[in-house]
Amino acid sequence: MHIEVRHLNKSFGSHAAVQDVSFQIERGKLIGLLGPSGGGKSTLLRMLAGLETPDSGDIYINGKRVNDVQPQLRGIGFVFQNYALFKHMSVFDNIAFGLTIRKTSKAEIKARVGELLDLTGLRGFEHRYPHQLSGGQRQRVAFARALAPRPELLLLDEPFAAIDAKVRKELRTWLKQLISTLGITSIFVTHDQDEAVEVADEMLIVQQGRLEQQGSPVHIYTDPQTAFVAGFIGHSSVVEQPASLRGFENTSITAGARALVRPEFVEVGREQEIQFPSAAEKGQVRHIFFRGAHLELDIQVGDNRLSAHRSLDQEPLQPGDEVSVLIHRLYVISDESATMVENPLKVDPLPVHI
Amino acid sequence: MAGGAVTVQLSEKAAHRPKHITESVGVRIVLISIALLFLVLVVLLPLLSVFIEAFKKGADVYFAALRDPDALSALRLTLTTAIIAVPLNTVFGIAAAWAISKFRFRGKNILITLIDLPFAVSPVISGLVFVLLFGAQGFFGQWLQAHDIKLIFALPGIVLATTFVTFPFVARELIPLMQAQGVQEEEAAASLGARGFQIFWRVTLPNIKWGLLYGVILCNARAMGEFGAVSVVSGHIRGETNTLPLHIEILYNEYQFAASFAVASLLVMLAVLTLIVKSFIEWRTNAKSPERSADDAH
Amino acid sequence: MKGSTSKRTKPRSVLPGFGLSLGFTIFYLSVLVIIPLAGIFVKTSGLTPEQFWHTVSNARVIASYKVSFLTSFYAALVNLVFGLIIAWVLVRYRFPGKKLIDSLIDMPFALPTAVAGISLTAIYAPNGWVGKLAEPLGLKIAFTPLGITLALIFIGLPFVVRTVQPVLQDLDNEVEEAAVMLGAFRWRTFRRVILPELIPALLTGFALAFARGIGEFGSVVFISGNMPMKTEIAPLLIMTKLEQYDYKGATAIAMVMLIVSFILLLLINYLQWRSNRRVVTA
Repeated sequence: MHIEVRHLNKSFGSHAAVQDVSFQIERGKLIGLLGPSGGGKSTLLRMLAGLETPDSGDIYINGKRVNDVQPQLRGIGFVFQNYALFKHMSVFDNIAFGLTIRKTSKAEIKARVGELLDLTGLRGFEHRYPHQLSGGQRQRVAFARALAPRPELLLLDEPFAAIDAKVRKELRTWLKQLISTLGITSIFVTHDQDEAVEVADEMLIVQQGRLEQQGSPVHIYTDPQTAFVAGFIGHSSVVEQPASLRGFENTSITAGARALVRPEFVEVGREQEIQFPSAAEKGQVRHIFFRGAHLELDIQVGDNRLSAHRSLDQEPLQPGDEVSVLIHRLYVISDESATMVENPLKVDPLPVHI
Repeated sequence: MAGGAVTVQLSEKAAHRPKHITESVGVRIVLISIALLFLVLVVLLPLLSVFIEAFKKGADVYFAALRDPDALSALRLTLTTAIIAVPLNTVFGIAAAWAISKFRFRGKNILITLIDLPFAVSPVISGLVFVLLFGAQGFFGQWLQAHDIKLIFALPGIVLATTFVTFPFVARELIPLMQAQGVQEEEAAASLGARGFQIFWRVTLPNIKWGLLYGVILCNARAMGEFGAVSVVSGHIRGETNTLPLHIEILYNEYQFAASFAVASLLVMLAVLTLIVKSFIEWRTNAKSPERSADDAH
Repeated sequence: MKGSTSKRTKPRSVLPGFGLSLGFTIFYLSVLVIIPLAGIFVKTSGLTPEQFWHTVSNARVIASYKVSFLTSFYAALVNLVFGLIIAWVLVRYRFPGKKLIDSLIDMPFALPTAVAGISLTAIYAPNGWVGKLAEPLGLKIAFTPLGITLALIFIGLPFVVRTVQPVLQDLDNEVEEAAVMLGAFRWRTFRRVILPELIPALLTGFALAFARGIGEFGSVVFISGNMPMKTEIAPLLIMTKLEQYDYKGATAIAMVMLIVSFILLLLINYLQWRSNRRVVTA
């Protein structure tokens, strides 16, 4: 195992930033550390880097405990949220900084920096200063600078947060490709789930200092293990009394348990459009939001409000329209764990009379 | 050349610094000791010495020196000078800061540099220019003599020189402050129908009052303490054209050290008062700033 | 006079008082500063170049320039080093009495120069508290160039501290951490990353202290001893010439100093403008 963390704890005053976090990471993986702002992601990352000292717990890199190794000697590359470029140094000198510290020969530095300039597409910009670069270019310089000393592990703290939306998308794709080419183990922090899902090989979901779940994006999406993960990933509606929804009346739901319903679990349409009309119930369209590629519907079903998607190709609906609503499945939340329950009526359809 | 135009706030940034980006305890102690020793030798000891020297011959000598008619007339002259010079420079400072911070026009940077000029000029030269203009052999000298107007070696000369030397203080304090505040609030007020002085009085002034106050007290401290420029234009006529600093010089040169330091102690107290007001203003601005940044957030 | 008055500079603003405030500013500036200063140039232009040269190349005048410039330079240098240390300590460390120390820094701005002059003399004269200790070591402070330098250190102290302090305060921890992650230990981080960021502020503070030192009069005359050729500063020489009614001589000496001051002023404004620009765009 390349990186291993055992029972890590860190408090700032009375605030517990990281609580009993343990995980393992394989070599060459790109890990997304995802969670709400202020949830302890950055503290975790900074402890790996050695920028913060854990109160207790151990960090192993290549099987070696590094708790007492100074950050300068851990061989970790770090990309800061605001890049933290050296303002008074040219792009070349920024990238070369880590190499000059290691007393690398001039020729070697030149070669390595050249290599990174090509890799990051910054060739031609090496004599510019940070204030003469765009946000995306600065990000690339920060990246090249961190990579120059050939670190074993690359840590990125909210690497795309300071870049505007359009460039951010390009940069994500570019970064994913680059990291997979280099094969360097990388961990990046983000609070943006789309970013994590798109870029990461594996995600660590962190909330209030605790590690909620670790797994591939698909795994986390389809099989959330805790209430928090089920609610945090996707855009779910909360249903206070799942038994009030058609199809779930008799399912074994503990009393008092809530349910989460994702928009993609909900099918909405005129009665004839629905696959299993008998499993559907009546609802009313409250609002319709145009979301570019699709429509988002706000539906009232009994006492519950659900969010659903509808294709632009389908027959248009109006607010106030009476519709059929079929809930394919939902997550039942009890005791902080999440269980997926399929709509039983759908599996065993009743005869259809037209 | 900002003569104290910077108001620095000591934030709590110093509170938590991870160990790899701060110095070892030993280095910290050494650096703090160096800083303290330096300040004691250069600033604190001289300040203390003023009071110790002043009371060397007892409280009687001290108070006698302050009650001396020449000392009283020097005090009166110093106050008169400050009462004329400070308001003039305050009005100028506000006008200049208003024009510079609320409007765009060509040559703004040149104007700012020109306002700084008196900082760059030696006080002696500041006095000299007025002697050259209004002195007996000066540019307007003959004309003034013909009309029996005495500017140099008289109150007007002292006021002129003092005003010149303290000219930039209020402006330099206000310009950066008002530039940072921008024009949005004033424009909002104008769009709501406020006019002319109403905008200034009701919107701008509340925003700048602390900076303005600091500029004014600093200007006042310098006006009362100016030595070089006043020395050139005053003519040193005892009981007539001697300001407090000049009176201190005369006593000192006559080896009346205790009396000299007694008068000096008055000016030290003025300086201390100035710094207390300054600290108070900084404390006020610091206390208010979180609420201000919350305002800015939305 | 409300709203815009000038055609060329159209303020295009809804705010009133542009004409009034700018007009008054320029009027006041001209009457009080520009016209009087121009007086010096008019007066000097009454001198023939030979007369001018004769005055300023006089050995005593040259010596006074030397004293003024050298002591100012050394004082600014001392302030550069200690100002940096003081600013560093005030921004980064916590220790009792810090607030008090911080206000003390402004003392030279607020304290009349003559008071500073007599009190420094009292302490550093051969019979003063510190002078007494220094004399057996063969170190004479008051009435030597060292004394002048000391007075100028006092006068220039706030400049370096107050220009460096805000820059140090705004320095991002992340930049230092970036250096750490690239393998730099403390001293290297300071020298290669922090110090370069401070250089514009240090230079500005140095230039301000130097410029102030050249012109300083009140605090120096008491401690300098005023010996021609040795401890006579240029402003004092101007004063002496004036007392002898040698207006032309005084003006010529002042001219040279004014020109140096203007150059310094331009340099300082350039430095500040440059570092501002970097901050704004970066």
